[in-house]
Amino acid sequence: MTSNPLRDSRDRRIPQVAGPCVLVMFGVTGDLASKKLLPAVYDLANRGLLPPGFSLVGFARRDWVDEDFAQVAYEAVKLHSRTPFRETVWQQVCEGVRFVSGEFADDDAFDELAKTVADLDAQRGTGGNCAFYLSVPPKAFPLVIQQLKRSGLSEPGGTSAGPRPWRRIVIEKPFGHDLKSARELNAMVDAVFPAQSVFRIDHYLGKETVQNILALRFANTLYEPIWNRGYVDHVQITMAEDIGIGGRAGYYDGIGAARDVIQNHLLQLLALTAMEEPVSFAADSLRAEKEKVLSAVTLPPDLAAGTGRGQYSAGWQGGVQVPGYLEEEGIPADSHTDTYAAIELAVDTRRWAGVPFFLRTGKRLPSRMSEIALMFQRAPHLPFTATDTEELGQNALVIRVQPDEGVTIRFGSKVPGSAMEVRDVNMDFAYGGAFTESSPEAYERLLLDVLIGDPPLFPRQEEVELSWTILDPIEEFWASAGKPEQYPAGSDGPASADALVARTGRAWRRL
Amino acid sequence: MTIDLTSTTTGAIRDALTRERNRLGGQTTGMVLNLIIVTDEAGQYDAVRAASEAGREHPCRILGIITRRPDADSRLDAEIHTGEAGPSQTVLLRMYGPLGQHADSVIRPLLAADTPVVTWWPGGGPARPSRDPLGVLAQRRVTDAAEATSPREALAARSRGYQQGDTDLSWTRATSWRSLLAATMDQPHAAISGGRVTAEKDNPTADLIAAWLANRLGVPFARDNSGGPGITEVRFTTADGDIVLARPDGRTATLTKPGQPDRRVALHRRETAELLTEELRRLNPDEVYGETLAGLAASSGGDQAGGDHAGGGQPDGDQAGGSQSDGDQADGQHQDRP
Repeated sequence: MTSNPLRDSRDRRIPQVAGPCVLVMFGVTGDLASKKLLPAVYDLANRGLLPPGFSLVGFARRDWVDEDFAQVAYEAVKLHSRTPFRETVWQQVCEGVRFVSGEFADDDAFDELAKTVADLDAQRGTGGNCAFYLSVPPKAFPLVIQQLKRSGLSEPGGTSAGPRPWRRIVIEKPFGHDLKSARELNAMVDAVFPAQSVFRIDHYLGKETVQNILALRFANTLYEPIWNRGYVDHVQITMAEDIGIGGRAGYYDGIGAARDVIQNHLLQLLALTAMEEPVSFAADSLRAEKEKVLSAVTLPPDLAAGTGRGQYSAGWQGGVQVPGYLEEEGIPADSHTDTYAAIELAVDTRRWAGVPFFLRTGKRLPSRMSEIALMFQRAPHLPFTATDTEELGQNALVIRVQPDEGVTIRFGSKVPGSAMEVRDVNMDFAYGGAFTESSPEAYERLLLDVLIGDPPLFPRQEEVELSWTILDPIEEFWASAGKPEQYPAGSDGPASADALVARTGRAWRRL
Repeated sequence: MTIDLTSTTTGAIRDALTRERNRLGGQTTGMVLNLIIVTDEAGQYDAVRAASEAGREHPCRILGIITRRPDADSRLDAEIHTGEAGPSQTVLLRMYGPLGQHADSVIRPLLAADTPVVTWWPGGGPARPSRDPLGVLAQRRVTDAAEATSPREALAARSRGYQQGDTDLSWTRATSWRSLLAATMDQPHAAISGGRVTAEKDNPTADLIAAWLANRLGVPFARDNSGGPGITEVRFTTADGDIVLARPDGRTATLTKPGQPDRRVALHRRETAELLTEELRRLNPDEVYGETLAGLAASSGGDQAGGDHAGGGQPDGDQAGGSQSDGDQADGQHQDRP
């Protein structure tokens, strides 16, 4: 692109706006589309970040016309949009809304889709640019991708004048269920779309706090000196959910907590926490550092002691009696799927040698929270009597990812009074209660990045493969180890997970 | 909760603020800035409301200053609001008599420590915000030329008195237009030989957009009048035909490019709270605004009626224009680049 004289790096008010384009969404009847994607499209339009002529095409197996889809989208936006609803903005979005009805196996439907996209180019000047968002179950990927190729939709087709239009494809996790399937999936996508046109969405990476890890670590001088084995005792990365599997039985069973969460979200958080400073925030530099650190991750020698998994049984969670996993609808009574997983990892680098990283995730835990906690070593010498510091714990730096995004620093402070008594206190930075409503939703940011073509927040295939390389031996071990341990819903998880941390003389943070 | 303190002192106000903070359970929400609002009884309600709304994104201590009855005896009344609309604390200060001339002495002790200060004049603002006692305290000074009796004169005065850290809500109003125009220029187009910005007569935002385009593109941009609302059209002249962004209704804009279908996009006019939120997002000097103001001043020496040209190229104090503003302009530029 030649330089645009109206853009100036000092002019921070003008945002990058997506160029003319069409967004084609598969799976518009799903939960994700109505709760996140459609509202995100509206929010982007409302913030003036979508180009004139922007068009949205829905594809699903419903007997709908454009207006029906527009109505569904309208309701989704009304209910879930982050920014205030404005009729004029909606009218604008609405003018570009189209719907194509059909099955993924139906050639005619895809030909119709191709025609719709071509018509939009002609009527609304979308310039031949098109992003395909696959919000569909992974088993449908091969078919959809083949159809995109067959119908010619995957080919931008170039006009002689002007820049070559782009085609991009957005896929959601899971990126396979092990290394082999991840490679197969990639080979299939790769055969149709070049690597730089593939955007893998890990919505955690669109969250403000996660991006803030980079700012916290690399914009400050305060933390870098202590961000290493010299000061850090261990690191805990947690994503706890209070809900069960809800209506996702079909997807969840056979996948489990580790594949669903650790492989993508938690290992990405680990990578951002443990990586070295990238030379720039350009996609390649950032991904290179993440890949380096992921390739340095090693598993505990004894997988039986160094990992833990569980399955929730019936119990009380948050004052409500809930069924166990095996009693959930659609789950076979002999399912071995883990709904809780904890693992200990090491990062074999000079910075982190000897510092354990404990990762855990689970469903039906006492509360919903995600955080990264750096637990610091105790002071080598305390010039107090032992009773003075009885209540002093380890210093900690906690990055709260959700809810209540922010950073907490925990340290000892003297309790007011005549005796010297030291107790833990918190120093808190909160993105704020009321104030989070103004920070964009992860999907808003990620969708915009797709349309602009800005890839730093999207994991590359190499990262996906490295993550599976870490997880595969654990999953294999679990597969041979029989049934997962049961833990009552609303409890902190299975005993094996507690033992895994306790054997190193440490303890999990409270959920 | 609201606390009324009459005939009070800054010490008493500080104590009340600290008590409130503790009462709310050691509320630890970080204040990110102090926002001084210089207003009057008629304007305070809207201004404070907008600021509280902006405070959702930028939790701040809002200090509203209202001067009353300059001939009365000096007296300070305070009205403290906390924990109502969002995370901000609001203190409305009514200053009677000669005290009104020394508002800065009241404000200084009330500023939250270690946080930047922004001063906002919702009713227009002084010609030289950086020399105003309440402007001196702030690293960001927000005026609003659109509220002045003569917006053009107000902008000319701002230009003469420009200092880094000055900014104006009429410039903030330009952002959504500018962002769309920049996006339009991201796409391939023929060379631009000139253009025109059409808007209501007294519309400082349109003047600024014309000056900005002229500055950045290095070609003349005219300024035409229409019935509004606000800005109705921006037109680029190219050899292939005109590129036009038209918004006749204040809501929806249509982008017309030669040889391409028309494209429509929502382009609504924004509320004060939104403008303020944008304004508080960055507190570093807005250099592009400074250059645009200088460009505007350099070009508007002559006829002020519709059709005058904003000169192309970088602002150059020696070129066009009345001699008086010339001298002041040079002064302003000098301060601009220390």
